[in-house]
Amino acid sequence: MDFAASFALVIPELLLTATGLVLLLVAAWGGDKAARPIAIIAASALFAAGIAIVPAQHVGAVGPATLAFGGLIKVDTFALFAKALIYLAAIGALIIAPAFFAGPAAGTERGMRAEYPVLVLFATVGMSIMVSANDFMSLYLGLELNSLSAYVLAAILRRDTRSGEAGLKYFVLGALASGILLYGMSLLYGFTGGTSFAAVRAGLTGEMGTGALFGVIFVLSGLAFKISAVPFHMWTPDVYEGAPTPVTAFFATAPKVAAVGLTARVVFEVFGGQVTAWQQIVMFMALASIVFGALGAIGQENLKRLLAYSSINNIGFILLGLAVANAEGASAMLVYLFIYVAMSLGCFVALLMLRDEDGALFETFADIRGLSVTRPAIAWVLLLMMFSLAGIPPLLGFYAKFVIFQATIEAGLVAFGAIAIAASVIGAFYYIKFVKVMFFDEPAGVVTGKSGPAHWVLLFLTAAIISPLGYLLTPSLTVLADKAAASLFLAV
Amino acid sequence: MEGLPILSLMMCVPLAGAIACLFSGANAARWIALGATLVTFVLGILLWANYDVGGPQWQFTEKANLFAGFSYALGIDGIALMLIMLSVFLMPVCILASWESVTKRVGEYMAAFLFMEVLMIGTFAAQDLFLFYVFFEAGLIPMYLIIGVWGGDNRIYASYKFFLYTLLGSVLMLIAMFWMVAQADTSDIPTLMQYGFPREAQTWLWLAFFASFAVKVPMWPLHTWLPDAHVQAPTAGSVILAGVLLKLGGYGFIRFSLPMFPEASAQFAWLVFALSMIAVVYTSLVALVQADMKKLIAYSSVAHMAIVTVGLFAFNVQGLEGAMIVMLSHGLVSGALFLCVGVIYDRLHTREIARYGGLAINMPYYALFFLLFTMASIGLPGTSGFVGEFLSLAGIYQTSSTVALICTTGIILGAAYMLYLYRRVAFGGQTNEDAAAMPDISAREWIMMAPIAAAVLWMGVYPESFLAPMRKDIAVLDARLAAAAPAGDARLAPGTPRAGAANALGHHGAGHEGMEHESAKEGAH
Repeated sequence: MDFAASFALVIPELLLTATGLVLLLVAAWGGDKAARPIAIIAASALFAAGIAIVPAQHVGAVGPATLAFGGLIKVDTFALFAKALIYLAAIGALIIAPAFFAGPAAGTERGMRAEYPVLVLFATVGMSIMVSANDFMSLYLGLELNSLSAYVLAAILRRDTRSGEAGLKYFVLGALASGILLYGMSLLYGFTGGTSFAAVRAGLTGEMGTGALFGVIFVLSGLAFKISAVPFHMWTPDVYEGAPTPVTAFFATAPKVAAVGLTARVVFEVFGGQVTAWQQIVMFMALASIVFGALGAIGQENLKRLLAYSSINNIGFILLGLAVANAEGASAMLVYLFIYVAMSLGCFVALLMLRDEDGALFETFADIRGLSVTRPAIAWVLLLMMFSLAGIPPLLGFYAKFVIFQATIEAGLVAFGAIAIAASVIGAFYYIKFVKVMFFDEPAGVVTGKSGPAHWVLLFLTAAIISPLGYLLTPSLTVLADKAAASLFLAV
Repeated sequence: MEGLPILSLMMCVPLAGAIACLFSGANAARWIALGATLVTFVLGILLWANYDVGGPQWQFTEKANLFAGFSYALGIDGIALMLIMLSVFLMPVCILASWESVTKRVGEYMAAFLFMEVLMIGTFAAQDLFLFYVFFEAGLIPMYLIIGVWGGDNRIYASYKFFLYTLLGSVLMLIAMFWMVAQADTSDIPTLMQYGFPREAQTWLWLAFFASFAVKVPMWPLHTWLPDAHVQAPTAGSVILAGVLLKLGGYGFIRFSLPMFPEASAQFAWLVFALSMIAVVYTSLVALVQADMKKLIAYSSVAHMAIVTVGLFAFNVQGLEGAMIVMLSHGLVSGALFLCVGVIYDRLHTREIARYGGLAINMPYYALFFLLFTMASIGLPGTSGFVGEFLSLAGIYQTSSTVALICTTGIILGAAYMLYLYRRVAFGGQTNEDAAAMPDISAREWIMMAPIAAAVLWMGVYPESFLAPMRKDIAVLDARLAAAAPAGDARLAPGTPRAGAANALGHHGAGHEGMEHESAKEGAH
């Protein structure tokens, strides 16, 4: 394969990288005054990158033609599906940011910093590489590009101590996780003699030695940290709470998609021959995430912390699809991811729209009491989001759980599915508490919440997706997810 | 009517009404809601009028593959028809009941009720397993809001309990549904009703479905959510809960548990009987000592629904027909009783029985209606309650005389607590001045009560109207259950049927022969 063909496969990444570099120069000379145009150009670049992958997605790219740079990168339908989702989530994170940074919630330094959209772009490039990695080297490259951008994003409000704390915690724990991952990769390299996924897979046949098994476990642990699955979830509530809300929205969506996509690729393509070795680990992580995510959320008063636990809980369901270890499970997982992104984005947009008279953001349950009287539209959308997250039909969140559990049961994991679904009822408790606070309690105070049209559009768009109308999307979504999941298993 | 998707239409009208209510003011919302429910009721009458009794089992079928994973398939048989009629009949009454008592957030309240109506019709009409689940479970959202926003003082606890109890029951059913669909490779309910699941699997599937339906019905000891939810819900909410939502459990048994897992149903019949017997006696005794009217009626609902469950698991035609009639009758009667409580609650704002007394003096018409519904609840002949309870108990007698014996005490205890309630509220001296000053029922309340009273009497005097549409479906179900039916202990030996009709006029014993002679002569012509 010549270089031109390789470059053709990574057009979206090239486009995003080039835009990011140019915008970095613009930011350096233009300063924060240029933040808004930079954000618009960044969003357009993401949109263009999204458009660029449509044809290949449509054709259903599989096989050797999807390999670039000597097998370092693999742009199959799975990568394309994940990329589309990542770009959409990143666009969302860019749209909701300016209004937040312009308000007093951003602390003493008003206005969006010009670096914000650039960092989002670089993080997105990193995620693109993560989901299309076909070699441990490119995997690590993408992961670190994403993580380093994310650390800075978490701490972007320099004078806000909580933001700084979030950034530092994320960095320290993230570095630890990267170290664990790297150690696992080195073990695998040592025991199999290669870094490419195919080579490691070839080396992992038959009876697995202790060293290789440790490699598998370390790699999975490192990845579990990135997707914040229990028992590697401790950083999530702190980082979610401390980071500026648009950044939290970004963390809850795009990097989750990328990390889950990466995990799926690693377990199927690298450890595909050793299903029993990793299936139990993923099963444990899935159940533990569902249970601890739900239990942890019950006592929370802070809304962002609550959503952090909710995301841990949701990751549990996503891992459930992964634990099934077949194409249906992977497809269900992708459908879940799509719906999860819509729900998370909707929740965070709604939170961003709620301010008191001074413009400060609402953070706790006490602030949103009686929201249905003061801000009915937002309260109703949040109600839909909460019931959807709880998986109550007819909202689309039910469909997400529906496909996951269908795959679980069809694979014969009946007891596993029954335990997981019973545990999901615990989760319903704090979602309906959210509704209770908004609808049953007396109003707490004045909510002005003047929001720009961008917020409203995004809010209603996500609400429409998760409303019963979203079911009309499911046939095409299923086709795309099936294609994407099938490409994971064609590698064998 | 050919080709008109009447079931979809019946769901679209309240849906459109609900959306309109959300965006309109208080008074407009009331009229929109009333209009929408009345139009739906008229459509319901059209549905019944066009239902071909004795025709194909599934009528008014619609099918569209709109979604991935399951299809939008609707269709009804006689059983579903009757329950849909019950829902659309009670809905306008509920709207009227909330006309004056609900003053805050009227638009959202009416919208919640109309959504509820859409979901109830959908649940009864769904012909796809997952579509059924969607409608069945979605009802949690409006009901949670109705209890939580417009309920009484302890509404938050009650709404949580209602939500989590029912959700936990339902999710296990969902797991069973996945397994069934994976096994049978279809989610079409009529096909699944004829599918033979393996014997061992049936046990687990039955238990999973039981978890859901036993909570909904509710069966002792899973009934504790019901008194809380009923007491805290606003009047119309209680009417819908008692009138229709409890029937979802009974409908679930008759539509899923019995035909899909006949062997497991026979195996677990004794579990159902045991729980029902305890429920009948225990909750009746609990009802006897209640000081709160709504709580008393709520406990009586548990006892009545236990008669439904024994009837269903009697495995014979009488039992099944009786269970269906008890469900319809209980829907009307307990709904009407909650309305009766609502009427005086609106005036005095207390549900405490001791605060009333002697209402027959200052509210004679109210006392009349209350008496009728009390008697119907007891099961007085001539009212709907009698027909249902008689058939159910006759059915269960064939299976087990012990169960019949114990469940029949429920009728006696029922008479005790209902008459005791009636005496304390309507008869006796006027002990409380404010209660004595209450005006009799208004025109609006007349309009609410009179149709229910008429329906109760109709069902009591001529139950054939209600039994006829269901007869064929129940016969089909009975045939399906025949193989698994447990041997009864009654061993009834049918005698030789008499030659003439039961109501044939005989003249001094010889008239019989004369008539036969005449008919023989006619035949000779």
